[in-house]
Amino acid sequence: MIFSEIEKAPRKEIEKIQLERLKKAVKYAYDNVPFYKKKYDEANVSPDDIKSLEDISKLPFTTKQDLRDNYPYGLMAVDMKDIVRVHASSGTSGKPTVVFYTRADLEMWSECVARIIAAAGGTDKDIVQIAFGYGLFTGALGLHQGWEKIGAAVVPASSGNTERQVMLMKDLKVTALVSTPSYALYISEVMEKMGVKKEDLSLRLGLFGSEASSEAMHKELEKKFGIVSTDNYGLSEIIGPGVSGECIKKCGMHINEDYFYPEIVDTESLAPKKSGFGELVLTALCKEGLPIIRYRTKDITAINYEKCECGRTFARMEKIKGRSDDMLIIRGVNVFPSQIEGVLMGFSEIGGNYEIIVRREGYLDSLEVLVEVNDAQLLINFASLESLQSRIRHSLKTVLQIDAKVKLVEPLSLKRYEGKAKRVTDLRKI
Amino acid sequence: MVVNQIAVFLENKQGRIYDFAKVIAEAKIDLVSMSIADTEEFGILRAVTSDNKKAVEALKKAGFTVISTDMIGIEIPDVPGSLAKVLKIMSEEKIQIEYLYSYARSEANKAYIILKVADNEKTVQLLNKRGVKVVSDFK
Repeated sequence: MIFSEIEKAPRKEIEKIQLERLKKAVKYAYDNVPFYKKKYDEANVSPDDIKSLEDISKLPFTTKQDLRDNYPYGLMAVDMKDIVRVHASSGTSGKPTVVFYTRADLEMWSECVARIIAAAGGTDKDIVQIAFGYGLFTGALGLHQGWEKIGAAVVPASSGNTERQVMLMKDLKVTALVSTPSYALYISEVMEKMGVKKEDLSLRLGLFGSEASSEAMHKELEKKFGIVSTDNYGLSEIIGPGVSGECIKKCGMHINEDYFYPEIVDTESLAPKKSGFGELVLTALCKEGLPIIRYRTKDITAINYEKCECGRTFARMEKIKGRSDDMLIIRGVNVFPSQIEGVLMGFSEIGGNYEIIVRREGYLDSLEVLVEVNDAQLLINFASLESLQSRIRHSLKTVLQIDAKVKLVEPLSLKRYEGKAKRVTDLRKI
Repeated sequence: MVVNQIAVFLENKQGRIYDFAKVIAEAKIDLVSMSIADTEEFGILRAVTSDNKKAVEALKKAGFTVISTDMIGIEIPDVPGSLAKVLKIMSEEKIQIEYLYSYARSEANKAYIILKVADNEKTVQLLNKRGVKVVSDFK
């Protein structure tokens, strides 16, 4: 189902709305946030310079560091009395990034998330379990509001207590699950241990987002739960979840372009790119509480503007290939954890959880991948275990172009995550 | 005529064999025979127990990767040269052995050898023909 008419509007109409809104958004930020005024004055640009969508490239970027530097209230454009909600991003280093929403912001956000849910096949008949941690994190409440807007019955289970999650899913006949892909995988493992089969559940949909995940991982989840598993994308600095999401055709994540203007820039030169992969830069076109113009997401993707089979004309972004800052450079080679995940998911003998360890021995980087041995058939003789090890190693080498050590570990011995999984441990001191 | 063994995947980590033994002990299962093959990082522990089915269940529940497989068990006199005699026969019959381990019962003056070969049925037939005592129970 297509939630809003605008999602299938002619491109010209979408672009017309975008330009109108972009002009307003830039002027709004310039007039209401001293940070933008100062930044634009220094760069010698003014809101009046925006005459076409391409003119956006005249404006300087906004970064996560800018949000940190102006912590907590520095980038707010309205009085605190107009703010009705505060969220914060999981700060991996130092202070979190705090974001603010007016009532209109919340409504716009719900609309965006509802569209993505509808695109993924969600309806008012669904019973949805939200297994994201409720709190400052935008994921849980973001999806919560969107599903409520659709009219589904929301079960705000939050994350953790996995056996109870399984019990709720089974007893309440939950039809849709919202969580990170890695937590969903963990839930399926706990199900197995509890002796609960996918046939015992009524699950039909999974909306698994908030961390980059490979299509192979979604395929695995589809198999484990017998569902359609879609990816969606968002970040708190822009709004939270609801920036983009896959429709059931699963050929890219449709961006809510009437609210968020996307650009792809070269990861090195930061010059705008017409096609191909690069860093995603987003501009919120209608935000009141915390205007955000040309925000560098650090996420690597590409955008396809062709009309989708589903009928939507909204552009589609590829699944996140990695982040320009979680990209590992190993012996000079760029390695994305998602590439490693893609390889590992091809091996049914190992579990879906894995860990990547990067070390520096002397002047040489080394990559080690830890995987859990699940298939007891391998124990019939040593050769099959060793062959598994060397087959994984070979596949990694083919995909990554570098040699990785593969370590087989016991099932359930790697750390499990209820939220975003931390897959990479970089022990290099550079 | 086969002997069932269990095979468990173990990481080379301090205390893991104890973890295995503890599960077996708590399930009140008797270990009859055991062998470990290891590499730098992991090993396969193989064992024959008083109740392999129960052992597999208990180990699975404790999170181990475990499987039970059928092996060949033979009984030989516990005297010098008796293993060599059987292995000579097997060599003559061109039966390749992947691995073996043994278990001796002093009071009975007998030794038991547990063998992993490619084709159990064929091997049992050949050994029977050559007069080697093949057993299916160690108790």
